[in-house]
Amino acid sequence: MAADAQSAPRMPYGRARLIALGRATKPIREASGIARALFWAGVVITLFFVVLAVFAPLISPYHFNQYRSNGIRFPQLAHPSAAHWMGTTVQSSDVMARVIYGAQTELKVVVIALAMSLGVGVPLGLISGYFGGILDRLLVLVMDAIFAFPYLLIAIVIAFVLSTSSIGGGVFTAAIAITAAYVPLYFRVVRNHVISVREEPYVDAARALGARPRTVIRKYVFFNVVQNVPPIATLNAADAILLLASLGFLGYGIQPSQGAEWGYDVSRAVSDAASGIWWTGLFPGFAIVLLVAGLTLLGEGLNETLNPVLRLRRFGQFEFAEREPREEALLDE
Amino acid sequence: MTGTSLRTYLLTRIALVLPMVFILLTLVFLLMRVAPGNPIQASLGGHVPAAYVHQIEHRMGFDKPLLTQYGQYLWDILRGNFGSTITDNRPLSQIIKQNGAATLELTFFAMLVALVVGIIVGLLAGRHRDTPLDVSGRLFGIVMYATPPFFLGLIAQLVFGVWLGWLPISDQASPLTQALLKTHTNILFLDAIIDGNWTALWDVTKHLILPATTLGLITAGVFIRLIRVNVIRTLRDDYIEAARARGIVERRVVFHHAFKNALVPVITVVGLNLAILLGGAVLTETTFNWPGIGHELYVYLQNRDYTAVQGIIVVFALVVVAVSVLVDFINAYVDPRIRY
Amino acid sequence: MSGGSILQVRHLRVYYGTPGRPVRAVDDVSLEIGEREVVGLVGESGCGKSTLGRGILGLLPRGARADGEVNFDGRNLVGMPPQALRRLRGPELGLIFQEPMTRLNPLLRISDHFRETLEQHEPRLTDAEIKKRSLETLGRMGIPPTRFRQYPHEFSGGMRQRIMIALALVLRPKLLVADEPTTSLDVIVEGQILALLADLKQNFGTALLLITHNLGIVAEACDRMAVMYAGRIVEEGPVRDVFREPAHPYTRELLRSTISLETKELHSIPGAPPNLIDPPPGCRFHPRCPDAMRVCPELEPVEQRLDERRRVLCWLHGPAQRVPAGGESPLEREAIGIADEA
Repeated sequence: MAADAQSAPRMPYGRARLIALGRATKPIREASGIARALFWAGVVITLFFVVLAVFAPLISPYHFNQYRSNGIRFPQLAHPSAAHWMGTTVQSSDVMARVIYGAQTELKVVVIALAMSLGVGVPLGLISGYFGGILDRLLVLVMDAIFAFPYLLIAIVIAFVLSTSSIGGGVFTAAIAITAAYVPLYFRVVRNHVISVREEPYVDAARALGARPRTVIRKYVFFNVVQNVPPIATLNAADAILLLASLGFLGYGIQPSQGAEWGYDVSRAVSDAASGIWWTGLFPGFAIVLLVAGLTLLGEGLNETLNPVLRLRRFGQFEFAEREPREEALLDE
Repeated sequence: MTGTSLRTYLLTRIALVLPMVFILLTLVFLLMRVAPGNPIQASLGGHVPAAYVHQIEHRMGFDKPLLTQYGQYLWDILRGNFGSTITDNRPLSQIIKQNGAATLELTFFAMLVALVVGIIVGLLAGRHRDTPLDVSGRLFGIVMYATPPFFLGLIAQLVFGVWLGWLPISDQASPLTQALLKTHTNILFLDAIIDGNWTALWDVTKHLILPATTLGLITAGVFIRLIRVNVIRTLRDDYIEAARARGIVERRVVFHHAFKNALVPVITVVGLNLAILLGGAVLTETTFNWPGIGHELYVYLQNRDYTAVQGIIVVFALVVVAVSVLVDFINAYVDPRIRY
Repeated sequence: MSGGSILQVRHLRVYYGTPGRPVRAVDDVSLEIGEREVVGLVGESGCGKSTLGRGILGLLPRGARADGEVNFDGRNLVGMPPQALRRLRGPELGLIFQEPMTRLNPLLRISDHFRETLEQHEPRLTDAEIKKRSLETLGRMGIPPTRFRQYPHEFSGGMRQRIMIALALVLRPKLLVADEPTTSLDVIVEGQILALLADLKQNFGTALLLITHNLGIVAEACDRMAVMYAGRIVEEGPVRDVFREPAHPYTRELLRSTISLETKELHSIPGAPPNLIDPPPGCRFHPRCPDAMRVCPELEPVEQRLDERRRVLCWLHGPAQRVPAGGESPLEREAIGIADEA
């Protein structure tokens, strides 16, 4: 009979996962009160907008382009009222509807763009960092050059080129423009991390055991590197929304018929401002600020709790107990 | 030691940067040519007779082979010739001189605001970590970062321009001032000082306040976060503890050691944030109708003017590269460890 | 002890706060250091010796608190207002650290470091006097005046440590605490630094508390030594005596683990350093002690004076009256599991 008494009993899978989750969130729980509060504020805000985006048709009273109901046209530039909580635009659209559908547009485009950036940047960074050589040098040169350039300008140029070509404007163009701006960022981060991990003893050991590069990358390097991505991706999402709104403001975002976009709405509101009309610009603009701030808080919270340098642990309060005397035996007798 | 090695450093740095410039220029060129469709057609609109289009194409050199165009393009840039716009045949160099000055004026004062606000709030927040001061400072920074320049500008215009009526909401100066000022540097602020025209100076300043503060506060948002993190890191450094062990007063430890060392990367930060500043300038100028290069870019984008857009982007690229070299140079001057 | 005693640590406790119960890094330590004495403080990593060194100077991190007495110059440093304590650091008490590479401000010249220290504590000095004193102290440490205006990164690790020592000594403190000063240096440089430190009493009239995990250093440089384990001092006495006849089993095991030319096989102490939040009951060393008795896990040992200059904290040395019946028979326990190994 095999020495089964030696091996410890295997833990049920679910329980092992719970323990791992507990260990992973330990930094968050141990962090000081402020860091936690900010982090959760970010979570709540982000979730709020995600809900808005996903359930827009259910939540919004009107469609984003709707300018009449029951045959009656909505008032133009109407003050916020019971019928239109956030007022109406010069085209008789309901501002609140546009804000809610705007959430959908922002998140949709940004998620697509980020997925593409990750899809291009991460593999390139992995390969470039791991294999090095001429390919690496070339890529680094190109990526660094792009990276130094303002994101907005990169995106503008790409959006401009694509929209005047036969591809035209729209969701896809905006997404590609944003992707182009962020690929160098992910490339850089992943590559730097791969290079530092590549020299680690355990990777060396795997190679010494004869593992193929693909296996080494997949099993050791990839998971190690990927851990760094969530905080960066969250902060990046915040930046991407600003970028999309800026593109929209300049007229290179999505087409008005495809959806509502907050930046575009603010650009339309600039001419309203001279007449003192504030609701057409305030609400979409405020939505931008809120969502980006929420994502930033979330990302920074992740960063701060996961980054040991910045982590501020709570200390407990304690009192010194009465000291027990341990004097020499001379005092005895 | 200092003199020679600094010079060598500068030369080496410039040499290293040339490939980057080359790549940027090439990328811009490729982007403009590679997209499907006819750029000239697009910028002139659909109703222009084909002959006219061909004429422009010939003038622009678009009918030559790609490689020749590339060579011509690089050669032109080397000589400082960035071409002329398609729509109104204005030489790019003129645009740079006139509108560039306006952008310079705006970004300079914006950076000033950003630095003052950013450094003060960042230092305080980092030093008094986890106190209400810190939290409010951080939130301020985050909200500023999250606010696009055009939105903050819109609100500023509404509040200070329309409702309170204190400040003008567009242009660089009133038409009267612009007519009266003699052109020296094209930077109206300086021109007013040179002329000794105090009414003009006041007018220019009034026009500067909203745009510069808008752009400056938003950039400050980024500075605050970076400086705060830096202060926290520096306060943990070993030499801080060693200084305390020698009985140095806490105030001096904080100011002389921690803050000073924490601010060293600020120079780099300023340089890196130039990219953000330029992007923000484009948006701010558009919002406030400020006659800078960013505004011109916007107009030419609307008009689909290829050469104009290309030329302006090239100028931006060169500026970005030049600033990065300058920043590295200042860094090497301040931090003796960096020199090669 | 040559002169009088300049520092008396009495029943010092230093605990670190945690989200749970506090870490008892220094748990009732008493120690005296005499004028111009060189006292070695030995122990494994994590036994609390660094905390003790820093605790004496009041340089504890946030969340740590001290209780007890550290009597210096007739005043108790524990609970002293921070400003008063700060004024003592430099002119009276000094501390040098383990990693010289990072202990100097990289943006300041060496001369700036000296000027800052001297201006802080002796504001009436002229520039010329400042320079003279700095150069003189640096000279004694082997740093030539031509390098006075250089930056820290231009010096090697060993030289930076000398600069740190000079910085600490330029104000002629009565006591210098050296926390593992040579651990990060190579052996040859280590010897040089040790020679410098050992001569402090001659050249500067300074007493030295040398904190280290290396017994060889203690043998070379120290007059007296104290062995620390789990936040307590378990043995103390003149170096020669302790080395020749260690009283505490831990000391004995430490000595046996030291590698020398006569070493034939490696010896190590089984088990791992104890948990300072929840230390073992009774004598803290009992789980790893080869001579443990039945009384050891039950009662905390009582400090015994072996003679005028030696003391030990171990039931093996009595007092016999306090040991309950049967307590002296050997302790039976399972072999220490592999999981406990550090």
